[in-house]
Amino acid sequence: MARIGSIAWHTFKEAARDRVLYNLIVFALLMIGASILFGQISVGIEGIILVDLGLSSIAVFGLLMAILIGIGLVSEEIERRTIFNVLSKPVRRYEFILGKYLGLLLTLSINTGVMTAGFYLALFFQKRHLSAEDVLPLGAIYFILLQFAIVVAWALFFSCISTPVLSAVFTFSIYVAGHFLSDLQFFGEETRSSIVSGLTTFLYYVLPNFADFDVITRTAHGEKISGLLFTANSLYALLYVTVLISAAVLVFEEKEFR
Amino acid sequence: MPVIETINLTKDYAVGFWRKRPRRVLDDLNLAVESGEVFGLLGPNGAGKSTTLKLILRLIFPTRGTISIFGADWSDASLRARIGFLPENPSFYDNLTAEEFLKYAGSLFGLAPGERRRRAAQLLEQVGLAEVADIPVRRYSKGMVQRLGIAQALVNDPDLVILDEPMSGLDPLGRREVRDLILELKAARKTVVFSTHILPDAETLCDRVAILHRGRLQGLGELSRILAMGIASTEIVLENVAGGVLNALATAGIAAVRTGDRVRLSVQDEAEVGKVLEIAVREKIKLVSMTPVRMTLEDYFLEKVEKGQPVRERFDRQELSRGN
Repeated sequence: MARIGSIAWHTFKEAARDRVLYNLIVFALLMIGASILFGQISVGIEGIILVDLGLSSIAVFGLLMAILIGIGLVSEEIERRTIFNVLSKPVRRYEFILGKYLGLLLTLSINTGVMTAGFYLALFFQKRHLSAEDVLPLGAIYFILLQFAIVVAWALFFSCISTPVLSAVFTFSIYVAGHFLSDLQFFGEETRSSIVSGLTTFLYYVLPNFADFDVITRTAHGEKISGLLFTANSLYALLYVTVLISAAVLVFEEKEFR
Repeated sequence: MPVIETINLTKDYAVGFWRKRPRRVLDDLNLAVESGEVFGLLGPNGAGKSTTLKLILRLIFPTRGTISIFGADWSDASLRARIGFLPENPSFYDNLTAEEFLKYAGSLFGLAPGERRRRAAQLLEQVGLAEVADIPVRRYSKGMVQRLGIAQALVNDPDLVILDEPMSGLDPLGRREVRDLILELKAARKTVVFSTHILPDAETLCDRVAILHRGRLQGLGELSRILAMGIASTEIVLENVAGGVLNALATAGIAAVRTGDRVRLSVQDEAEVGKVLEIAVREKIKLVSMTPVRMTLEDYFLEKVEKGQPVRERFDRQELSRGN
């Protein structure tokens, strides 16, 4: 357990000093700041625009960070041979994978925290005060983090079996497909082909269903998120990540480092 | 009990894009590295040296054969707590400092925070990186990275130190420091296994060597025995030799080359060496030097590898049976 913690902490330290990450955070904060301006030209719905654009910025830039760092988690270690320094020590391979995953999750959580602070600063700047209902966006941000947890698990899995570029393409495709699974299933049913329908149904159940995690618009309109959805999404993400990380560990256990 | 023992260790890699076919990179390797010895793995590039070390460290898996470390099956990860490893051309995390990395390495061995700090400071001093300990590794030169690699291999005070091309990337001073370090480890009764294609390094340091070529063991033995058995001739230098003596030597079939007032003799036979010394004493000729011209490791290596002809068949068979 201590080794997993140490690998996670040093993965975080290494990632947190990456300049690309800072650039993305700055861009995200700029976007959040810009949403104040967009709000000013949208008479009457300034608050909605700010919440909608601000949370979307957190989601998009967080996703970019998750993919950019996630795909290099294992493949870069192999490519640069830094992995020899770790696996030649009494480290079990599953400890390495878990440590790397948790380290990146910690990095993303802290970055999301920084962007959230920027978002609330923008909200305060616009409203001049914060009220109890302003807690609502935190629920949406929690769901964004759950999506990151799943995306990073996919990125880690692909990183174990493929090159960084292909891993990025696959992970991004899964993220996009995950938001349109209902449409995909509907399309399959409409074709009236049992093969296509079977395939889309299979994808519907295998790929992560991110539609249920996307509550940004609802939050912007002041709609509360039910406790049931909180529980269901949390359990879904936990189960999904467990299966993916287990698959990554199985692949990694058999991997050779020439 | 050997520290490392490999029996019929074989490794194939799959090559080819569409139709994969096996390519043998290590073939039936039988080795036994004893406790406290400095053991050299020698061979040209692609001989199978790094493959052997990576197999021992379970970074790759054998196609066939067995490996035991400290008498136990090599798959037990906890055995690596007693091993330190320097990979060939090591690489580290760009944004961490040397001190941070050494502490990290210490934590992977389960060292307590205080012990990590102490070991990191001691090793940074030992490898000459103390003054740049707080600089990110991305700013290090190749030699500095190599020094950090050596430091991290020693962070757990290992019983077995495995070094893959430890002199690579080092300047002459750095190489000398590594040589001294290996001798220090030997003095501390550690077992050191290192690979190299730089033969003088092995000549200076190794108790025993294994010579690999194209994945096959070509020779295995105590270095002193390999070299001692390879005495090719004795070179005798005499001064102020009279012409009559030279004629007598020529009659005895001993070739002599005169340079100024010195004469250099190349004597093939031990009996002839005695005869020359007898003449020198009798004729009161000054003996300047007498040097056995030994087969160097380089000669041995070239003869084994280039010609593919076994040099000491009998010796090898004897050593290989020890390895088994």
